[in-house]
Amino acid sequence: MTASLFLLQRASAAVLALAVAVHLATIVYAVRGGLTAGEILARTEGNTTYLAFYVVFVAAVAVHAPIGLRNILREWLRWKGRACDAALVVFALALFALGARAVFALYLA
Amino acid sequence: MLHVKVWRGGETGRFQPFAVPRRPNQTVLDVVTEIQREQDPTLSYRFACRVGMCGSCAMVVNGRPRWTCRTRVADAVASDSALQLEPLRNLKVVKDLAVDMASLFDKWEAARGFFEPGDAIPDDFASVKPESDERQAADEGIECIGCGICHSACDVVAWDADYLGPAALNRAWTLVNDVRDRGQAERLDAVSAGSGCHACHTHMSCTTYCPKAIAPTYSIAGLKRAAAKRALLRRR
Repeated sequence: MTASLFLLQRASAAVLALAVAVHLATIVYAVRGGLTAGEILARTEGNTTYLAFYVVFVAAVAVHAPIGLRNILREWLRWKGRACDAALVVFALALFALGARAVFALYLA
Repeated sequence: MLHVKVWRGGETGRFQPFAVPRRPNQTVLDVVTEIQREQDPTLSYRFACRVGMCGSCAMVVNGRPRWTCRTRVADAVASDSALQLEPLRNLKVVKDLAVDMASLFDKWEAARGFFEPGDAIPDDFASVKPESDERQAADEGIECIGCGICHSACDVVAWDADYLGPAALNRAWTLVNDVRDRGQAERLDAVSAGSGCHACHTHMSCTTYCPKAIAPTYSIAGLKRAAAKRALLRRR
């Protein structure tokens, strides 16, 4: 399983490298001359490109972060085993749910 | 005179001071031997070949793990400072400068760092071309003398008692590249279990301190690649 998690962490990192760059570049581009909530919603509401990009972003975060946290828990707190893995699956699902909630809130606003 | 502080005791103990005459081309092992033979016969340490082949005389010299038979005093200390000798880290201290290497070799075995010939006897001798990628990868790690210096230098071994460590993983990598070996699946499973190759943080202390100039860090990276390839292929 460790080899699969290693692969998943690297693959999600590759997605995040691109996603974070696009995310930051978009912010810098969008805030030129100020930005209001109304302007943000006007861009995101019903925008399927926005929706697809951020669902992938959130999914990559939900895969990447728990695997890294798993390594930290193993090394620093010596927490290993099924209970740890189960807790991290819950953490992954919570990350995805919270992220997806925010993404859909802007899409459906 | 050279002032030497030597660890005495087991896991707990103290440094005992000695003074030894400086001699030309004197090695750290010469110093320890002189102390044991001329000043304190109760001092325990380990050596065999004295020429950098057997890997038994490794100690921590002024904070750095080194092979003492091939380390000259002049290279280990400045002319006015003292020599401090400790047993290797991350291994149980038997007494003074002698450590119990059992846990190192237990991990070597857990990483399946032994040749697995398989059940079927081959019809002919295996042909391994010296220029083949596998042979060259194996060559890069094959000169390990099992001294335990990398194991002593590794931070991850210090944090995680279950971590297989650079010596065992390096040996496993040489065998992964042995085309005659028939135990690759079991070996890759063994090295990619919980505290296997994926626990390495790539600090490169093993590579920095290896007296044989082996780079276990790259061997471990090779194991990660091989384990990843196996994980992918298994899913198809």
